[in-house]
Amino acid sequence: MSTATQSGFVRWVDTRLPIVTLMQKEFGTFPVPKNFNYFWNFGAISMLLMVVMISTGVVLAMDYMPNAAEAFASVQHIMRDVNYGWLVRYLHQNGASMFFIATYIHTFRGIYYGSYKSPRELLWILGVVTLLIMMSTAFMGYVLPWGQMSYWGATVITNMFAAIPLIGDSVVTWLWGGFGVDSPTLSRFYSLHYLLPFVLVAVVLLHITAIHKVGSNNPLGIDVKSPQDTLPFHPYYTIKDCFGLCVYLALFAVLVFFAPDLFGDPTNFIPANPLQTPADIQPEWYFLPFYAILRAVPNKLGGVALMFGAMAILLALPWLDTSPVRSARFRPIYRPLFFVWLASIVLLGAVGAHKPEGIWVILGRIGTLYYFGHLLVVMPLLGRIERPLPLPDSISRPVINRGSLPRGASVAEIRP
Amino acid sequence: MNRFAVIVALAGLVLGAPARAEEADTLTPPSQSWSFAGPLGTVDQAAAQRGFQIYADACSNCHGLKYLHYRDLSGIGFTDSQIKEIAARFTVPAGFDNQGNLVTKPATPASPFRPPFPNDEAARAMLNGALPPDLSLIVSSFPNGPNYIYALLTGYRDAPAEVKLADGMNYNPYFPGHQIAMPPPLNEGDITYTDGTVSTVAQNAHDVVTFLAWAAHPDMVQRKRIGIGVVLYFLGMAGVTFALKRRIWHGVH
Repeated sequence: MSTATQSGFVRWVDTRLPIVTLMQKEFGTFPVPKNFNYFWNFGAISMLLMVVMISTGVVLAMDYMPNAAEAFASVQHIMRDVNYGWLVRYLHQNGASMFFIATYIHTFRGIYYGSYKSPRELLWILGVVTLLIMMSTAFMGYVLPWGQMSYWGATVITNMFAAIPLIGDSVVTWLWGGFGVDSPTLSRFYSLHYLLPFVLVAVVLLHITAIHKVGSNNPLGIDVKSPQDTLPFHPYYTIKDCFGLCVYLALFAVLVFFAPDLFGDPTNFIPANPLQTPADIQPEWYFLPFYAILRAVPNKLGGVALMFGAMAILLALPWLDTSPVRSARFRPIYRPLFFVWLASIVLLGAVGAHKPEGIWVILGRIGTLYYFGHLLVVMPLLGRIERPLPLPDSISRPVINRGSLPRGASVAEIRP
Repeated sequence: MNRFAVIVALAGLVLGAPARAEEADTLTPPSQSWSFAGPLGTVDQAAAQRGFQIYADACSNCHGLKYLHYRDLSGIGFTDSQIKEIAARFTVPAGFDNQGNLVTKPATPASPFRPPFPNDEAARAMLNGALPPDLSLIVSSFPNGPNYIYALLTGYRDAPAEVKLADGMNYNPYFPGHQIAMPPPLNEGDITYTDGTVSTVAQNAHDVVTFLAWAAHPDMVQRKRIGIGVVLYFLGMAGVTFALKRRIWHGVH
């Protein structure tokens, strides 16, 4: 790299510890496909939310008391008596939702554009692992305020492990640190809630390492063919990410300052009471589709297995999808079915928010059936029988022609 | 636009919108107009101060506000000297003397609100087994909280002939199960407002809910005020970065 613009000190450091060179290479001149759309902003947005969550969390930990007697009151202490404690706490509480929104969009973008296909299988698997870590962290974090929904949510979820044959009950007792959800459960969840985010950072760094090895996918799903197809990450994508971040942070601010309890459950303003079960126990919105899958199966072990399976199956996505074409844009049958699959997840989310009665039971089963059917049957078969649309020659060509090729047009027709 | 995207969006609207099933025969609280409602709502300080008077006169014998301190009353416009005077009406524990005996002293603005009972058992012993909930977060603890509390406070009536009330219970169609241990807390003519406002049960209920809504979220006024600036800042920065992005990307094919 050029050293002409560097000060003597920077050069001194860089020749001993090439951190400046590394940053320049990975985030400066790093070549990136030039045809990203705005869905490609959500990786950077998720990263920023991770930083927001860790920094606000560290501050909250200074005043939070992880024991059953004081936890609820200590959260109120933070909200009322600590200077700007309400701000830090609302940022953390709503940051979780904003983090999940960004990461879910990032994930569905990866699925729509086939970003998990060779050579990006490990990149994808690392991404699913980050999502799993996020989910565990969020679940344990929701227990910490020790309201009614915290307590009963923890009770319902930990009880699921009792479905494991033979050792289930022992496992649950071991998880609780006692014979019910109580102070020992709370303090161990707190410990893990503080630990897991740093594991998350490590896996995210691996995720970034992988993408810097295999390069980014793009909306056309075709490989980079020449330097004409790419732009240096800086300034092109740094500025685009900055714009995306500002818009997303404006939305985040609307939530934090004007509707901080929008995603919360009023029941969680009531302190945990082991003697009084709330009328309706439900998890945070980001778990609702999984909760619906759990309840769609009449058998406890089956429900638990399907619920965890719904995430685990994503790890196998690179091998379940047999199509040689990455981007759904060029897959005329898969593309509408992707949206049906997305609709089945939204449907499952709605089912999760309702009591399992009447029509909701049936809808839950239909949604579950399509969720798994799409991944286990449609994807493997469709890749073999579907005739993809012709792919463009290169990334730079359709960009000149303003967008992708017209449907049905072959590359030969528009070639000069 | 993609047909399926539209279907997904519609499905989300239709399926996500309906609220959870209500308790079968519990009345839905009618909506009132609140000063604190909406993204720009603030606290009507005069109403909240009257509400504090209601709390002190009608509620505080049984219901605590344990997460509040007397100093917090500055949030609804009480002056420092008023707060000192309010706090001094109450005697609170102040540790032990050097013989190990409990010492009490008049509360100061830094003291937490005095609890009505030393502990839950004492409350139950006094109140026929019932435990009055703390009111610090009561408005936030229910869906549609302010309207629910208002409806509950004004909704007492004589039990219909077919309803047999348990011993010591009162009839209130807004309460789940319709039988509530709390006797009607607000009664016509009990309260005389110091600011000359005409005192009715409806007025009392409206004022005390305003006070309790503030008590649940004392940060609200400051939060919304700061929020306007923060949102505008990020929108402004979005404009600046968008313009920069256009300029940097100019000429990229």
